[in-house]
Amino acid sequence: MTMLSIAGVHSFYGNIEALRGVDLDVQQGEIVTLIGANGAGKSTLLMTVFGNPRAAVGSVRFEGQNITTMLAHDIVRLGIAQSPEGRRIFPRMTVMENLQMGATVAPLEHFDDDLDRVFTLFPILKARQQQRGGTLSGGEQQMLAIARALMSRPRLLLLDEPSLGLAPLIVKQIFAVLKDINKQEGMTIFLVEQNAFHALKLADRGYVMVNGRITLSGGGEELLAMPEVRAAYLEGGH
Amino acid sequence: MTVEASRQAGGTEGTDLVALLKEAGLAALVALGLGISIIGIRTVTIPGGLGLEYRWDWVVIAVVSVFVGRFVLALRRETRSPAKRAEREVVMNRIGATVQRVSKIAGPVLVVIAIALPWMPFSNRYIVDIATLVLMYIMLGWGLNIVVGLAGLLDLGYVAFYAVGAYSYALIAVHFDLSFWLCLPLAGLFAATFGVLLGFPVLRLRGDYLAIVTLGFGEIIRVVLLNWYEFTRGPDGISGIPRPSFFGLPFSRRVQEGEQSFHTFFGLDYSSMHRIMFLYYLILVLALITNFFTMRIRKLPVGRAWEALREDEIACRSLGINPTNTKLTAFAIGAMFGGFAGSFFATRQGFISPESFTFVESAVILAIVVLGGMGSQIGVVIAAVLLIGGTELFRELEQFRMLAFGGAMVLIMVWRPRGLLAHRDPTLRLSAGGQNAGAKGGAS
Repeated sequence: MTMLSIAGVHSFYGNIEALRGVDLDVQQGEIVTLIGANGAGKSTLLMTVFGNPRAAVGSVRFEGQNITTMLAHDIVRLGIAQSPEGRRIFPRMTVMENLQMGATVAPLEHFDDDLDRVFTLFPILKARQQQRGGTLSGGEQQMLAIARALMSRPRLLLLDEPSLGLAPLIVKQIFAVLKDINKQEGMTIFLVEQNAFHALKLADRGYVMVNGRITLSGGGEELLAMPEVRAAYLEGGH
Repeated sequence: MTVEASRQAGGTEGTDLVALLKEAGLAALVALGLGISIIGIRTVTIPGGLGLEYRWDWVVIAVVSVFVGRFVLALRRETRSPAKRAEREVVMNRIGATVQRVSKIAGPVLVVIAIALPWMPFSNRYIVDIATLVLMYIMLGWGLNIVVGLAGLLDLGYVAFYAVGAYSYALIAVHFDLSFWLCLPLAGLFAATFGVLLGFPVLRLRGDYLAIVTLGFGEIIRVVLLNWYEFTRGPDGISGIPRPSFFGLPFSRRVQEGEQSFHTFFGLDYSSMHRIMFLYYLILVLALITNFFTMRIRKLPVGRAWEALREDEIACRSLGINPTNTKLTAFAIGAMFGGFAGSFFATRQGFISPESFTFVESAVILAIVVLGGMGSQIGVVIAAVLLIGGTELFRELEQFRMLAFGGAMVLIMVWRPRGLLAHRDPTLRLSAGGQNAGAKGGAS
């Protein structure tokens, strides 16, 4: 079943056309990644799914429902969670409070179970639960951002550059967790990444974005093997 | 040699001193520019109209003291090692955190002190009156703290809600002859409605822009009150506002036939202190309700959403928080407490006019919140006692009173730029064994 389907989407920031007709879909149970250089429009696509900016042309559908013109906070209630660009955890609130904020749209009776679940996935957060978000290391903050997103019990998890600025070891750890929740819980994940190598290794399928357009798509390993992908995103730069 | 290295090498007395003198000179120049018109020239009434009086000696004193003060301040800043500064910051933060922790015990202690105050041997009419005034500002500070401290919406027109509360109370009480206890919730409701009215147009604004619009809103309310003569009696104000009664028993010396007043009912001798003390306890209760409400709501989803909204609106939206409703509830609830305080003000004064609701009032209330440390409940208490009680203490200094007020603000901002108690307490703590202590949590 198609979980997320983006069809012919154009988005603008003022007069600048950031997305120039994007078609992309995510099937249930998949990990799909979108790779591309800085400024290609990857984050804009994630933001457009959440209606900010709203797609000027084209449509965004979640489980068949048109969400193009819905407001972000209503979209969350449908079962999409997002770990936004730059993590955006609440720095003055504790880890526990951050997780509580994540559970805003989730029914109260699941809170303790959900908490156990994210603490099992990221044990370090359990040790840090009374610490303020701003005092965590970069890796811990990223874990918190993902954990916070999971607290809303989503069916689709959107992640914007979870590897940004993190040590390779931490990236590996985080990606292993993503693989786990996908394999064990069947969580559908849509991942935007600059770290093409790790992202394509993890993903079932991948898309490559250049200047607001999808230029290539295919299986993760398949893309990884393509010479043009290797040349542009793996060698030299990485 | 790099630029930094050369600066470091040259960072001895000589070069530094010139820079410091320049800085102090610049400050003195500003003082001179302001001082000439503000201090130097003064209008006095002379036979046949207004005349000017010149006080150049005062200008000289002001300029010299600014020069010396700035120089000493800059010298201290330069000579003190950054390590020491950081150390002080740590110490101050620790003090802040300790005060917060102690506030859990200190809170009830303060309440007991407040209850006992009118019975103390040293207390008299004047002290109870000032304490009432301080409590009024504490309540206003707590109300504004919801909007500014928790939700992070800079509101420069809070006095508008205070005014709406006062006028609603006065008009309802005068025209419909309803009792204080009926008018109070109505006044709060009206103020909350105005909070929502203000909230709608400013939902998309943030920071400076929000501050400007709220400032304008405050002025609009005042100007309307001033000019809508048929309704508000304009600059004449509303007089003869009914005083509150003790569950139907008025605090009057003379009693009408067949009715009882407070002192006859309890068999006491008439004393004007009864009403003063009653007003004092009334505002104490109202303020405590405000505090209790704020502390509880901080632990509820809406309260947490306010704090989250203050930190990151985009993150909030991506977590499913509706920023519109969250902001409107903050405005409405903050305004409601402003309205309650307003009705208390009206009933205490017995007379209100637009003059009582100028921008200066908003500024003072905001200063209490900011100096106390945004979001800190006990900080508001300390700041209100210092600013309101302090200026009353300095009343003997007459015209220098506001100078002391300004000086205190400058000092606090130099030493504690984020307010006296900038430390934020988590809304929940670990209980001994449990994982999440639920609603149990810290007060701050």
